[in-house]
Amino acid sequence: MTRTVLRALLSHWRRAPLQLFTLIAGLALATGLWSGVQAINAEARASYDAAAATLGEGRYARIVATAGGEIALADYVALRRASWQVSPVVQGRLGGAKLVGIEPLTAPGGIGPAAEDADIAAFLTGAGQVFGRAEALEALPGIDAEKVVAPDTAPGTVVTDVSVALRLLDRAGFDALIVAPEQPLGRPALEEIAPDLALRPPQAGSEVGRLTDSFHLNLTAFGLLCFAVGIFIVHGAVGLAFEQRRPVLRTMRALGVPLRRLVALMMAELLGFALIAGTLGVGLGWLLAAQLLPDVAATLRGLYGAEVAGGLRLRPVWWLSGLGIAVLGTGFAAGAALWRLARMPLLAAGGRRAWAMADARSARWQGGAALGLIGVAVGLALWGEGLVAGFGLLGAGLVGAALALPVVLGAVLAIAARLARGPLAQWFWADTRQQLPGLSLALMALLLAMAANIGVSTMVSSFRQTFTGFLDQRLAPELYIETADDDQARAIEAFLAPRVRSVLPLASVETEVAGLPVELNLARPDPTYPQNWRFLQAVDRPWERLAAGEGVLVNEQLARRAGLSLGDPVRLGPDTVLPVLGIHGDYGNPVGQVIVTEALFAELHPEVVPRRFGLRLDPDEVPAIRAALVAEGLPEGAITDQAAVKRFSMQVFERTFAVTAALNVLTLAVAGFAILMSLLTLAALRLPQLAPVWALGLTRRRLAALEVVRAVLLAALTALMALPLGLALAWVLLSVVNVAAFGWRLPMFLFPWDYARLGLFALVAAGLAALWPAIRLARTPPAALLGVFANER
Amino acid sequence: MLLRLRDLHKSFTGAEGPVPVLRGVDLDLEAGESLALTGESGSGKSTLLHLVGGLDRPDAGCIALDGARVEALDDSGCAALRRGTVGVVFQQFNLIPSLSVGDNIAFQARLAGRHDARRAMMLAERLGLAPHLSKYPEQLSGGQQQRTAIARTLAARPRLVLADEPTGNLDETTAEAVLGAMLELVSETGAALLMVTHSERHAARMGRRLHLHAGRIA
Repeated sequence: MTRTVLRALLSHWRRAPLQLFTLIAGLALATGLWSGVQAINAEARASYDAAAATLGEGRYARIVATAGGEIALADYVALRRASWQVSPVVQGRLGGAKLVGIEPLTAPGGIGPAAEDADIAAFLTGAGQVFGRAEALEALPGIDAEKVVAPDTAPGTVVTDVSVALRLLDRAGFDALIVAPEQPLGRPALEEIAPDLALRPPQAGSEVGRLTDSFHLNLTAFGLLCFAVGIFIVHGAVGLAFEQRRPVLRTMRALGVPLRRLVALMMAELLGFALIAGTLGVGLGWLLAAQLLPDVAATLRGLYGAEVAGGLRLRPVWWLSGLGIAVLGTGFAAGAALWRLARMPLLAAGGRRAWAMADARSARWQGGAALGLIGVAVGLALWGEGLVAGFGLLGAGLVGAALALPVVLGAVLAIAARLARGPLAQWFWADTRQQLPGLSLALMALLLAMAANIGVSTMVSSFRQTFTGFLDQRLAPELYIETADDDQARAIEAFLAPRVRSVLPLASVETEVAGLPVELNLARPDPTYPQNWRFLQAVDRPWERLAAGEGVLVNEQLARRAGLSLGDPVRLGPDTVLPVLGIHGDYGNPVGQVIVTEALFAELHPEVVPRRFGLRLDPDEVPAIRAALVAEGLPEGAITDQAAVKRFSMQVFERTFAVTAALNVLTLAVAGFAILMSLLTLAALRLPQLAPVWALGLTRRRLAALEVVRAVLLAALTALMALPLGLALAWVLLSVVNVAAFGWRLPMFLFPWDYARLGLFALVAAGLAALWPAIRLARTPPAALLGVFANER
Repeated sequence: MLLRLRDLHKSFTGAEGPVPVLRGVDLDLEAGESLALTGESGSGKSTLLHLVGGLDRPDAGCIALDGARVEALDDSGCAALRRGTVGVVFQQFNLIPSLSVGDNIAFQARLAGRHDARRAMMLAERLGLAPHLSKYPEQLSGGQQQRTAIARTLAARPRLVLADEPTGNLDETTAEAVLGAMLELVSETGAALLMVTHSERHAARMGRRLHLHAGRIA
């Protein structure tokens, strides 16, 4: 019996291949977009974890130099002699790779190279060994140490013995000491042995993992949106298939197929489709991730300094979760239809209800749910705080608006029908209203895709506009130079003083303000700053007062996190407390920043000599000064002109949003596909509705033209609703999510031409989607239309 | 006795409370016998058929079919009864549109585990369907579709055939031909036939007839 019933069920798809294609393609697209994003996230997280494992980051406490410099060998030896179980770590760039030196005999377990056949003697003796991925080893310059491939090492990183690393990096001290979790009792305090060192407790998760969390959350949110749009398609296809098969299901039950068996077999049928579509989707996701991963890796490197492998690895967890989400999505899309089937009385009317024709009760339910969700969104906008509330607001607002769409469109069409004059117009509006339930899922998908497009493009364009202005303010110096050491810094500064308009020293120290990590920067009094910097809030003449040592400047991130306003005191040292003179925007910087005068900086950190400088000079003199600096012994690579810095910054910016833009386009394409599929599947059910109008004197050509007009009209109404929704989405992204994720708020700009262009695209897409079914209708033979009236149908 | 109904009651919920449809029906049917059930619209004919076929449940009374108490069966039991003992021919044909005519004919026999390709072929030939076996239902005329439904029922060798106005959707000539073929084949298989009809002429061709009036046998 099982085989017979299954065969009968599957025969439906043979007769409705377009429906099958819609179902499989919708599900594969949804799974592909979701699992593509997940693959990128999984690869990035695996890279962070590998990096954390290499350095023991997050798991162990660390000892670092308070002033941010190196830890002397003598301090390390003193700590070991005082029974501190510590292990040194050193890291630096060597060629195209990051070289990490560890001490395997003292390092806590789990740190270091993961090659199973590691030869500890070879690692420690002679020229030593370096472990890393093949590409990282290739990026190293010619070194005498033996290269060993270890695929589990962090991307772009090679690991070696600490003594080998010190030799290769030409260094004398360590960056940090890893503190083993088990320490002997009664050992002396750290301050007694090395007062210049500080103990940093272990932190949950890797630092880079935390920094990049919001980026991955953004990607995940986009993936989820794409998945939701795809599931709309699946829901539509499954709903139509169940509706069309209602009479058949009733017949099968009447012929003796038990209900439970029927439900189970339909679930098995859907499971089979979910697995097929899921496999296709996972493949699609793989291709998508492979295409996008290099951009994501570049973004993460540029924004956070996080190294992510550029190549994908087929992780079982990833493809299994891809299949899982396909099955879950199918279950979600088909749940209601299966539930109705399980509860369908055997003697219920088997005739086709108008497909997805919402009855008054479900329309009321949908309207109520929409109102409820919009209420939740408003509540979160007013009282919610943090990233989760921000995404909650996004989700509730988007889904609420999508659910409200059919209700709003229904009301608009009802008004249009009342205002219509003439029989054809009356029929057109009434017929459009009747089509609405069948098209509403596709229109909801279009609404979400367009709103996402408007919201994200507004955010990106606002960001670009702000960022470009910000770069112009900040990158005023015509040249930037970096010296190798303190002596060279002093010599070059003295050399430049008479040759350029100003020399602006650049230096920063990591410190703490109000318990938060911040960068302490210095500013030398110079007209460059008051001429170029714009403040979000500032006292009168902030730069003059800063130069007079009357206060400090802080960035928006610190002001928000520490709750600082103008005039609030900022403690920089035991006896140094100064008021806030100005709050400046600092886009793209994840940490807080305090700017003090050069003199105060030197007083607080006398050990730090600025090694980087910004030079103000006539742009025509740039080549001459550059040549003079090279003649003074500064390598070409240490001199950067303003244009190159701006170019690089904009490159990082563009790559940051390349992934978002790609996902944006894909979501819109999926929505267009949803409209096409809905119209094609509805077209099959349209004949009985159109045949009477044709019989009453309307030509097939005219009917087809009206079908196209209807699709374009509905798309236009949807686009009108998508505009305010998209702008609301942009506001949430800029003013809520961005503030929660990065600590700074972006000004919102409007781009009417972009919205008009998007609206036009949506209308063209809807028109094109309607064209195929319309052409088919125009070519329908009269016999097929007559068949509607005949008993034989 | 193949079928025995005793004091069968059934009512449906209407806007103004329960509406009684059957008010104590008694009926006996022997194997091989054919019985026409007539009556005006709303007299309970189709409801009676549904109750006998396990498609619906009585409020009270007893239905004994081939030794089984139909009213006591659960959903699976009713489904097994419809697969193995009873065959139903509907007015609306109720073919499976995505299966070919050949597959439709074999469908119920396959469900019952009694599929016999030679018997299916014989039925198709006797009912004039042999040239149409690879066609789909939508490609057939109404008469051909109803003949396919009859072949589907008889291919499963049911002990009782329930026919609910099987010729109601057909023109008079086609209806005569379809009914003739059905009566002939049912009598050959030795099954009993309980047929609901509005047509006096069709009722007259059955072995026995009963008239239902206001939920009772008149």
